[in-house]
Amino acid sequence: MLTKKIKKRLLFLISIILVTLSFLIFIYLNLKQNILYFKTPSEIFINSPIEGNSMVRVGGMVKKNSIQQNNKEIRFILTDYEKELIVVYNGTVPNLFSEEQGAVVEGILNDKKYLIADRILAKHDENYMPPQMKKILKENAK
Amino acid sequence: MDFFSFGNIIVYIDKFIKFINSIFFVILIIGISFALIISPVDYLQGDSVRIMYVHVPSAWIGLSIFSLIAISTILNFIFKIKNLFLFIKSLAPIGLLFTCLSIVTGSLWGKPTWGTWWAWDARLTSMLVLMLFYVLFIFSLKYFKNNENLTKILSILSILGIINIPIIKYSVEWWSTLHQPASIKFLGSSSIHPSMLFPLFLMLLVLLLYCALIFLMKYKTEIIKIKKQNIKRL
Repeated sequence: MLTKKIKKRLLFLISIILVTLSFLIFIYLNLKQNILYFKTPSEIFINSPIEGNSMVRVGGMVKKNSIQQNNKEIRFILTDYEKELIVVYNGTVPNLFSEEQGAVVEGILNDKKYLIADRILAKHDENYMPPQMKKILKENAK
Repeated sequence: MDFFSFGNIIVYIDKFIKFINSIFFVILIIGISFALIISPVDYLQGDSVRIMYVHVPSAWIGLSIFSLIAISTILNFIFKIKNLFLFIKSLAPIGLLFTCLSIVTGSLWGKPTWGTWWAWDARLTSMLVLMLFYVLFIFSLKYFKNNENLTKILSILSILGIINIPIIKYSVEWWSTLHQPASIKFLGSSSIHPSMLFPLFLMLLVLLLYCALIFLMKYKTEIIKIKKQNIKRL
């Protein structure tokens, strides 16, 4: 059925696929740690060296009623509903940053529960709806 | 096999172009008015959610065109079909256009919502890799003449590139990213309210028609180029 030429080409393709796959596995094993954009507060609590003063990126939810703001800095608690992390930041926060919304914080860990942030990014979820709909959902939840 | 002769194809292409031209602007105006005026604002993001109506369809188109050209490249490499090669050649720039569009609109969307233009998270980076693959693909189409080497290089690029496609799709589920998870799934319900879902699919239709229009024009040009070469040879 298959001519000799086509067999030759198929062989070429299969060898390319095999080489690619082996490269990919190699790259994946090396990058495993760097692919994650942020760590959760629990992961920080379990295994994170504090002595290095290195930058970390932590993501989680901003805890309800935890934002304290004065004219110098903003202070809030980032939580993954298991462990909590106090974040201090002086600068402007993005529009979507608010209580019970996701946020990613970049900064230096002071100890396992205290982080001085350099940059705050807001993270939003995959839900999109008009404001009226949100109101109805809230009322139903009560 | 007379149906696939170049003369025949040009006739059909002209008919298609005429048809799309006759309906395109009507659908475009309906789509844009739905996306920009009629659809509601988001409860959280306000008006900036309207960027979604361009961003999401162009990302889908970028991904699906790459899958299409990768599969056709491999088929072309095995079976050598002239029309398939023209198909790849005329589709690749469109894919690049829409991938760039989704990256640009994404960063325009990222600034007001996340607070940054760009983040090196898995979704954004893999999308950039897709763009680089498109660029490599088009460069090799431009600089290698049509011969055995070209199809070999193209099929290597498509095998490497097509592995990236599921990585883009599932990056938001496998790893922690700044980008939110997918709102619309193949199976199961979507987490976008129907009043926003309708304009989204309308805009997808608009962009798909636009794709078809440029694709057909480009295909026609390629055929004319080949015919011209043949005339010179005579």
